[in-house]
Amino acid sequence: MKNDRQRTFLLITIPILGLFVCFNTIPLIRGVIYSFTNFRGFGSYDWVGIRNYVDLFSDARVGKSYLFTIKLAVVTTIVVNIISLILALGLNSKIRAKGFFRGAYFLPNILGSLVVGYIFNYFFTYILPALADMVGIESMSTSILSSPNKAWIGIMIVCAWQAIAMNTIIYISGLQTVPEDVYEAGGLDGATGWKQFRHLTFPLIIPFFSINMVLSVKNFLMVFDQIMALTKGGPAQSTESISYLIYNNGMSGGQFGFQSANAVVFFIVIVAISVAQMKFSGSKEEQL
Amino acid sequence: MKNTTSAVKANKTVMVLLILGLSTIIFPLYMTIIIAFKQPSEMTNSISGLLSLPKTWSFDNFREAMEVTDFWNSLRNSLLISVLTVVLSIIIHSLMGYTLGRNKKSKFYNFVYLFIVSGMFVPFAILMMPLAKQTAELGLANWAGVVILYVVFYMPMNVMLYSGYLVNIPLALEEAARVDGASTWRTYWKIIFPIMKPMHATVAVITALAVWNDVMTPLVIMAGSSQNTLPLAQLNFQSQFGTNYNLAFASYLLSLIPILIFYLICQKQILNGVVNGAVK
Repeated sequence: MKNDRQRTFLLITIPILGLFVCFNTIPLIRGVIYSFTNFRGFGSYDWVGIRNYVDLFSDARVGKSYLFTIKLAVVTTIVVNIISLILALGLNSKIRAKGFFRGAYFLPNILGSLVVGYIFNYFFTYILPALADMVGIESMSTSILSSPNKAWIGIMIVCAWQAIAMNTIIYISGLQTVPEDVYEAGGLDGATGWKQFRHLTFPLIIPFFSINMVLSVKNFLMVFDQIMALTKGGPAQSTESISYLIYNNGMSGGQFGFQSANAVVFFIVIVAISVAQMKFSGSKEEQL
Repeated sequence: MKNTTSAVKANKTVMVLLILGLSTIIFPLYMTIIIAFKQPSEMTNSISGLLSLPKTWSFDNFREAMEVTDFWNSLRNSLLISVLTVVLSIIIHSLMGYTLGRNKKSKFYNFVYLFIVSGMFVPFAILMMPLAKQTAELGLANWAGVVILYVVFYMPMNVMLYSGYLVNIPLALEEAARVDGASTWRTYWKIIFPIMKPMHATVAVITALAVWNDVMTPLVIMAGSSQNTLPLAQLNFQSQFGTNYNLAFASYLLSLIPILIFYLICQKQILNGVVNGAVK
């Protein structure tokens, strides 16, 4: 009987683990191997040692893509979490048609980000300038997507539009874990409004805050669809995210080896940020 | 007395703000619908020309968009990939989650658990180029390859969810079946698999949403196969006929309709699934 159990477990594990190794571990290792070559994606290639990595740090385009991606991730994370928290507080208060509002505010999250990007592309290119013309704001009468300084704002708005839906729903489920009597007890001590939020509500939903931070930062660092739909990295390469650069130059730009090195560094960055965030939020939760 | 009236007032303000906020969601959808129904001649550069209602509600744009994007084939591919991925995920990931969740004390299985779950940190960007090569070598540069990859990509997340859920299912249930002489395999399908139903729903929702809307995997893997998924069809359409906005928006709207219908029908399950997936 015991043998049957162990044999069954082993027979389940081996093929599934094999599948995972085949399509996750092996390509990961192959990616690392390619990063030490000058492979262009086709034909023969040579070992170049760590040259790709050295070049990576002096490559202006790669540097620019990291700066852009990190800026986008940080700003969008802050914007999204502030708006989501406020929205969640509103949706969790005593209002009518709660279910309808929650359902409606979640809608952006289920739509495909590529098509959402295309819709907003049109909005930024035609509607917004026409609106600005009508009102008479001259600085907005051209598309923000065609300005190297402002294009990232368009991308941020589209990322935020979809992410707010997701983060709000997580904050709501956090707020629902706060028992009503906590507010009543706090009310007796004079904790209302901002004070109540700062000292009562927020500390109690910190685990949900951590989830949202991890979710946001990781998603925005890997941004791809929105770039594809809105700017294709332009204008003047000002909105090339790391994923987009790896895809564009690695898959069709003849930089297979070089972009593999870029991907390895990106992988290390993602792991480092995720570990740091988990450590940080872990220690915060312990303090409570 | 004063307290209750101010509370009522506050709730009314919240209501008004929430309704105003909804415009940020309704406006892009309104824009999509009206542009999809208009003719290019109705599109002037003024705001009233851009946002007014179409003169006639004709479905010509949709008919043409369906032809140009090969809508029915793309829809079929997207459905095939999503349904297969969800079914395989529920079977494979629950089996793996069960095995790993029930062997927490074994060093080997613990290692396997950590090994698989740490796959969550691997960004697609690093796998993309080797996988494009590998799937081509294996003859999997098609929808079947995409399904296999999805089953692997969502394994870390789903295995974690399943093995976490298993903690709530008492071992005694299995032991009772074992005393009756049922094998572990049989016990799993007869007792454990049905009990994990709530987790199946969560896994189905998060996997289906992620797969349905994914662009990057099919783009990288299926690029040479002349097959499209719905998002890929939009991408190709955009690079070929990008300037006819009315046709483009009809095509966008078409690609959004299936998921909108799905959301209208299963809104509750979707909201629950998404929250469970993120919070657990």
